[in-house]
Amino acid sequence: MTLTTNTARRPEGTPPASRSRRRLGDSQVLLRCSGIAGVLVALELLIRIDVIPRAWFPPVSEIWWRFLQGLGTSSFWGDLGNTLLGWSVGLGLATVLAVPAGMLIGSHPIPASAFRAIIEFLRPIPSVALIPLAVLLWGIDLQTKLFLVTFASFWPILFQALYGVQSVDPEQMQVTRVYRLGRWAAFRHVVMPSTAPYIATGLRISSSIALALSITAEIVVGAPGIGRSIMLAQASSATTDMYALILATGLLGWGLNSLFLRIEKAALHWHPSYRQEKR
Amino acid sequence: MTRRTLLAIEIVCPALAVLAIAIFTSRADSYYFPPLSGVVQSFADIWLSERLVSDLLPSMQRMAIAYAICVVAGVGAGMVLARTPRLMTACEPILEFLRALPGPALIPFGILLFGIGDTMKIFIIVLGAIWPILMNTVDGVRGVDPALLHMARVYRLPRRVVFSKIILRSASPRILAGMRTALSLTIILMVVSEMVGSTNGVGFSVLQAQRTFAVSEMWSGILLLGLIGFLANLAFLAFEKRALFWMRQR
Repeated sequence: MTLTTNTARRPEGTPPASRSRRRLGDSQVLLRCSGIAGVLVALELLIRIDVIPRAWFPPVSEIWWRFLQGLGTSSFWGDLGNTLLGWSVGLGLATVLAVPAGMLIGSHPIPASAFRAIIEFLRPIPSVALIPLAVLLWGIDLQTKLFLVTFASFWPILFQALYGVQSVDPEQMQVTRVYRLGRWAAFRHVVMPSTAPYIATGLRISSSIALALSITAEIVVGAPGIGRSIMLAQASSATTDMYALILATGLLGWGLNSLFLRIEKAALHWHPSYRQEKR
Repeated sequence: MTRRTLLAIEIVCPALAVLAIAIFTSRADSYYFPPLSGVVQSFADIWLSERLVSDLLPSMQRMAIAYAICVVAGVGAGMVLARTPRLMTACEPILEFLRALPGPALIPFGILLFGIGDTMKIFIIVLGAIWPILMNTVDGVRGVDPALLHMARVYRLPRRVVFSKIILRSASPRILAGMRTALSLTIILMVVSEMVGSTNGVGFSVLQAQRTFAVSEMWSGILLLGLIGFLANLAFLAFEKRALFWMRQR
């Protein structure tokens, strides 16, 4: 679905739909802030007047306070580091494996049809089904986490690279042949630039999958990281800690997502689909 | 390259891959990779008899209920949010936060609220898988051609007709794309929630098999989960083709 926004060319003259969302007016910023504030205050009040039992949900202010306190502890940063280690190395491995594989498979009809059924069978396999296998092979070591993260984030990147290569304009390729540009120049100046936006989208999708799998490995297997601490906090009835860590996880996911959106925009500012938005 | 040759390649290659796995595992004599025939045998022994009722059915039931809630609530909330832009703007930061929060991180929260029963699992699945449907519904409804809506007003079409024939139909490709993403999320969260807190279910028994070092049994469970994912995807594609029949006619 994300593909359509990248590749669809809008007719001249019609303003891009995303424009109004990109440039937020003052009133919209105000509305957004009041939305956040409204939910937080409502939750706080509901808990303070005991509509939501305190045993389940401590006041929001206490959760934020605990979260800020946590920022000063080394255990939080250790957890964060472990989670991010699994995320980054797994995502990196998946990228290094999936981009060349996708481009190779997509570049010719023979490998494309040879691998189609295999990929179509492997892709919908829920990555978490491999947790028992990973635990059997590597226990609770880092490898377990890396294997799961790499496996899960491999597929979106592979698919985007594959579709990206297949969407290269055949006319442009013919031009490179007419001008006898050679294979490398054609790859460098035509294939790579047309595939890049697809790969960038794949990376962004995989980034959130990688984080989810990193956390999942910590929760299910008990590999060190934020997930394990959430689980431990729940088991020892440290409810406020649990919520503070869940809050941290959400902020981390949101932060990584916005970071990838930013990098995508900065790296692809020359691409038509991104240029239109700025005009 | 004729289409027939390509089709032949498409069929022969996966078959060769399966054959290679079968030969490798039967020769390897590895503890971790039992022979394929053994895995298939234990699949038939376990999943087509007692476990079918005790584990597979409860898992499927949780999935079905949670997915139905996701679709109904996601499409409903998405419709409301798309028609009230101010509410959408106000809710957007919260929605973005919830969407960015990895579903499994909420499992301890679910256990705290509901224990380890079915409610917890359905709650976790819905909380993790509803976002693609909701967001895509909002985008789809926003993308409805204004000319169509104007025309509906000119002809004084009743609201119900406008909703079902124009809004829902124009948004349906996006909604279905969201539903497809949500389907795979549903399976993943079903497995994870069963692995963390459960007394039955496919996820639970796969992890249990690993813990008791019943390797063939574990592999048969992985095979089953793979099949569930594959078949669910296949069924969804068939459904999508029927639901979007009007798209290809143009």
